[in-house]
Amino acid sequence: MARIAGVDLPREKRGEVALTYIYGIGRSAALRVLQQARVDPNKHVKAWSEEEVGRIRDIIEREQKVEGDLRREISMNVKRLMDIGCYRGIRHRKGLPVRGQRTHTNARTRKGPRKGVMVKKKPVAAAPPPTAAAAAPKKAGA
Amino acid sequence: MGRSIKKGPYVDETLLERVEELNRSRQKKVLKTWSRRSTILPEFVGHTLAVHNGKKFIPVYVTENMVGHRLGEFALTRTFRAHGSAEKATTTPTGKA
Repeated sequence: MARIAGVDLPREKRGEVALTYIYGIGRSAALRVLQQARVDPNKHVKAWSEEEVGRIRDIIEREQKVEGDLRREISMNVKRLMDIGCYRGIRHRKGLPVRGQRTHTNARTRKGPRKGVMVKKKPVAAAPPPTAAAAAPKKAGA
Repeated sequence: MGRSIKKGPYVDETLLERVEELNRSRQKKVLKTWSRRSTILPEFVGHTLAVHNGKKFIPVYVTENMVGHRLGEFALTRTFRAHGSAEKATTTPTGKA
């Protein structure tokens, strides 16, 4: 019933909370929209009249950048940073934190799951090369 | 927090003078600069500035999109030594020889 910006709103929640299910609308934006539409923020979605839904939808369409449009804008901004080759763009490209956080530890949100070091089998693979002729002088030098 | 708009963008005076000199004489020359903190102004577009990264000068060709950023953002100061390639580095020399 209450379908706004391509998102179905949960019927059992208060309007102020239900609107935050739309990407690009948080609590404060939800409150502002409801106030503008003269709908009680505590009123549940199921109690909204068609007319109220229409008013809310109008306001969001007019004043708020939500869902696909917002996602596109964000990805365009990131793409711009990557294209001009600035520091922030490079951090985006490498999937590392952009805003100066430490990466010695943590930063797992950007880096993704830990990649463990392959412990086993490596010594066996590394063993044969030293027998090669070129490797011997190097070892002697070191 | 960003810089106050009241103050306007920060650019080293000498750098701005040199760029404007180039604009007046319609020349294209690579300008060496240490002023990484200078904001890129629309006047800089089309020029190549060699920005110092602490060791050498990195040529930065300024495009329209870069306006508003600092010069230093385009000349990285760190060299990243990858962990993964350390293994490759030890294996390739022996493999080649």
